[in-house]
Amino acid sequence: MDSVKDIGISEPQRIRKIDVFKLNAWFDDKQALKNINMKVYENQVTAIIGPSGCGKSTFIRCLNRLHETVSGARSSGDIFLDGENILRPGFDEVVLRRKVGMVFQKPTPFPTMSIYENVAAGIKLYGRYSRSDLDRIVERSLKHAALWDEVKDVLAKPGPSLSGGQQQRLCIARALAIEPEVILLDEPCSALDPISTGKIEELLHKLKKEFTIVIVTHNMQQAARVADYTGFFLLGELLEFDVTKNIFTAPRNKRTEEYVTGRFG
Amino acid sequence: MRKTGDAWFNLVTFLFALSIPLLLLLLVAILIGQALPAIKIFGAGFIISSSWDPVKETFGALPYIYGTLVSSLIALAIAVPLGLGAALYLAEVSRSRYKEYLAVMIELLAAIPSIIYGLWGIFVLGPLFGLSMLSGGVILAIMILPTISAISREVFRSVPNILKESALALGATRWETVKLAVFGPARSGILGAIILGLGRALGETMAVTMVIGNRPEISASIFAPAYTLASVIANEFAEASSDVYLSALVELGIILLLITMIVNGLARLLIWKTVGKSNIF
Repeated sequence: MDSVKDIGISEPQRIRKIDVFKLNAWFDDKQALKNINMKVYENQVTAIIGPSGCGKSTFIRCLNRLHETVSGARSSGDIFLDGENILRPGFDEVVLRRKVGMVFQKPTPFPTMSIYENVAAGIKLYGRYSRSDLDRIVERSLKHAALWDEVKDVLAKPGPSLSGGQQQRLCIARALAIEPEVILLDEPCSALDPISTGKIEELLHKLKKEFTIVIVTHNMQQAARVADYTGFFLLGELLEFDVTKNIFTAPRNKRTEEYVTGRFG
Repeated sequence: MRKTGDAWFNLVTFLFALSIPLLLLLLVAILIGQALPAIKIFGAGFIISSSWDPVKETFGALPYIYGTLVSSLIALAIAVPLGLGAALYLAEVSRSRYKEYLAVMIELLAAIPSIIYGLWGIFVLGPLFGLSMLSGGVILAIMILPTISAISREVFRSVPNILKESALALGATRWETVKLAVFGPARSGILGAIILGLGRALGETMAVTMVIGNRPEISASIFAPAYTLASVIANEFAEASSDVYLSALVELGIILLLITMIVNGLARLLIWKTVGKSNIF
């Protein structure tokens, strides 16, 4: 394993939560990711930026092996989560997804479930809980997602009755309820207004104390605001990975500089 | 000049479109006119009477209504689990490239003429269950299977993929994903598919007539012969000797029409509600 210094990061040594080695991904014959080597540090926010179609969504979908559920999709390489290779054949993706939660581009509450049922939906897959345990988990998750105060009196209402920003925080609460260690967010604010976006970003600052966060965003200001580390993807390759400040103020790659200064993308 | 052409085009296509509901109205009006003598003589008693005696000219629809409903319900009991299971496999479980062939084969069942089903029923179901309510139900089940499976497959597919992925991302297995993310949004569409199948079963004539035994009796046993509304009309219309007899048969037709219209209307409403709403994501 190469050390953190190899990629020019002068920050103090951090714990590597996820180690990606030589990751390639395909949709049928089309290669979406080419030889990605990257690290995700524990209790840090890592942003993935790049123009549309650069493979950034595919990349985080490999981290919880959602990529391979699409028909015709496959991948190669190694991804270590706490030192264990999750791409190893036979690795149980259900176990993986309990550790690595995900929030999507658009809010996706289960439409026929109440707010309460939505938050409890994931945890119920993992065992039988008494009503009072569930109550506690739902309250804790909603508080974690900074939504409790807004919904505590309407928990029985359908999930889709909330506003878009609230729905997205509901989905964050749903992901948090199963107590993952890593949270993947795939452009979580792309369907939200600036105020809701601000709330989610504020939330990420708090959540990183307990979780490791990977966020895909096409909004460079967002990456600059929330992320400790940033990776720049272009045409399926990771062109540059560094602490966020360096990416935005002193990028080493010319293409990165052109992208972050808005000259293409 | 060209504008005038457009006005004519509008008018002509409008008339064509209008002709279809008009035809339906005409059909209902004629049926009611023909059934009027029987309606006058028997009144509401027609529906609850089970005597059918062309010689004494007493007519009652109950055994036929019973036969139609029960044979269709047997068909549902068999075709719903089979059809939904097949649709789930094709829409949610299988990742094989060849599943489309399987889907086409299931849908080809709908292309088999009903008389062929009847013949098959006589040779295969006859020896097994006799000419009985059960044989009728089984034949109907096979005939409505493509309807139920094709429509519920479309309904399952209309559930947004991102919802299914949300369930998978929570660590749900394929089956749990179906329970969490598919059954909920799809439930009224599934109900619609079932009811549409029911509508087909209620009106099916030829194949059922050949295997159900054609005896207007209400029996508790599904191994006993029975008779359906459609079958009795098909069998007896040509030999209806008196005006009252003929009129009673037409009234059976009205009852059948009413039942199927209500059932189909309900089904389409439910399907439209699900598939039409699915673009909210």
